[in-house]
Amino acid sequence: MTTLPSSATAAPVTRHSRNVPPFGAFNATLLGIEIKRRFRNRRTLFFTIAFPVAMFLAFGLQYRDTSIETGRTVAQGAPSVAAFIMISMAVYGAMMASTSAGGAVAIERQLGWSRQLRLTPLTPVANIAVKILGGLSIGLLAVLATFATGLAIGVRLPLHVWLVAGVTAWLGSLVFTAMGLMVGYLVPSENVMQFMGPALAFLAFFGGLFTPLDSMAKPLQDIGVWTPTYGLGEIARAPLSGDAFNWLAVGNVILWLAVFGIGAALAFRRDTKRV
Amino acid sequence: MNNSTTSPELAPHPQISPTAPPPAALLAVDATGLHKSFGTAGRKVHAVNGVDLQIRPGEVVAFLGPNGAGKTTTIDMLLGLSKPDGGSITIFGLSPRAAIAQGLVSAVMQSGGLLKDLTVRETVSLTGSLFSQTQPVDEVLERAGILDIAGRRVEKCSGGQQQRLRFAMALLSDPGLLILDEPTTGMDVEGRRDFWSAIRADTARGRTVIFATHYLEEADAYADRIVLVRRGEIVADGTAAEIKNLASGRTVNASVHNADAAALAAIPGVDSVESRGGRLSIRTKDSDAVARYLLTATDAVDLEITSHNLEDAFVALTGDRDGSDGSDGPDGSDGSDGPDGPDGSDGPNDNTGK
Repeated sequence: MTTLPSSATAAPVTRHSRNVPPFGAFNATLLGIEIKRRFRNRRTLFFTIAFPVAMFLAFGLQYRDTSIETGRTVAQGAPSVAAFIMISMAVYGAMMASTSAGGAVAIERQLGWSRQLRLTPLTPVANIAVKILGGLSIGLLAVLATFATGLAIGVRLPLHVWLVAGVTAWLGSLVFTAMGLMVGYLVPSENVMQFMGPALAFLAFFGGLFTPLDSMAKPLQDIGVWTPTYGLGEIARAPLSGDAFNWLAVGNVILWLAVFGIGAALAFRRDTKRV
Repeated sequence: MNNSTTSPELAPHPQISPTAPPPAALLAVDATGLHKSFGTAGRKVHAVNGVDLQIRPGEVVAFLGPNGAGKTTTIDMLLGLSKPDGGSITIFGLSPRAAIAQGLVSAVMQSGGLLKDLTVRETVSLTGSLFSQTQPVDEVLERAGILDIAGRRVEKCSGGQQQRLRFAMALLSDPGLLILDEPTTGMDVEGRRDFWSAIRADTARGRTVIFATHYLEEADAYADRIVLVRRGEIVADGTAAEIKNLASGRTVNASVHNADAAALAAIPGVDSVESRGGRLSIRTKDSDAVARYLLTATDAVDLEITSHNLEDAFVALTGDRDGSDGSDGPDGSDGSDGPDGPDGSDGPNDNTGK
């Protein structure tokens, strides 16, 4: 990228007026390799793309003609339960992608890669930006894969619903990038995703991504609204039902974004001080 | 009878000054009064305890000392990876972090620091993309001798290949100062040789190099200047030849009553003459001349000649003196070894042949 035809004579004795790269050394090569790495990781691909699509087919396919409204049928233009599940699964896939992208810092710290990066002009903030964008790139793929599967099995929605639901699922997953980063900076283990995976499945269940929250027992619902998956799922599915704006869901997302964002920032500061 | 390792006299303070530094040249490294300790108040370990280090551009300096001497801690501070508790560091007149940001200093660490799932070429391209000026990737791979394995995943590379990859990464910014922290640890003989020939080809271009090692032969073979460290302090600092002289001479001991100290000191090769209770101890590079003089011109009796090598100097200068005052060194127990050092490991510089 920034390769200059620097003089082949390596007599680097007193060059002390070189440039510091802009944007903390953030650049397209770095991002490109990061994205390539994300796509090379089969386990990530499985959990972010194959798994949500498979879940959607397993649970959604049978409801493609079941309306979520009482008054109208799917044939009359009402959204199907399958559409509802599709959006939940898209949220789940994007969330997995973002969490694992953030959590990757744990692996890189353990391998000494973060320390190696400290010997380059790359700033830690630029490195985090790369993680976020890497997670978003695979998260986008997860959302698109789930939606494409939905289209293929006959889910039909107005364009604005596709867009709003998709963008919410996609960008909303930044909450989980923050969570992944926080855990990645706190836990000095290569196996972060080993326990993050089950933990996320747990959260997804209690947050109503796998089964609608209002079909659960009341105590579970009361707990469920506090999980970080609840708000995001609600907001992403809101355009389906046309329900009133759910302030509880928005509050949930803001709360967890703040918790994870501040947590990640603190863990990060502690880490860079030590390196 | 021949206690060949009695050499504590050379320990006191052999602070050889290298040739007087040229005035006002911008130093590659200028560190003064470095202190760093770890642990809490109760169990504090002073890893680095008052290190002063001035390195001029173009020098190849070995940082030689046993494990735990404070080499890595010092290097971490030079690289801005940790902050000294006291003292100051500049690299080409800049703070370590600023020097890193401008690509003026780079390092090859002992281990780690590589992503297993990248290829060799990807690793180098990625690292290169982070600097404002970089060398072409292929050229750097070539110089590190890994162009032929550019497409290989890092996890499939041998330890020596990974080390040359780290070296390639360090070359990218064409840094004025290259720091190597025990770069050949764990490599086999061939790997070490290949690695050092790559480094040597590179230092011929005038780069300043600091390498930490606990291999005497490496320091001897590749450095123009050796800084011996022990327990966080510099115990000797000089050219490789000077450090070797500390060790390569012999000591002639004899009981003499009518010695003429001035005449002895005038014999070519004599470094020092000491007298202890009627017994003379003469450090010299030419033990034959001293012996000949003592036996012909004085009433010397009980004459002994003992030799030292680099290993002895290393042990004497860097060894833990607290625990070994009596027997002096790990090998003091068996006085039966020959005139050569404890294990004769360093062939090139034991001058017992003559």
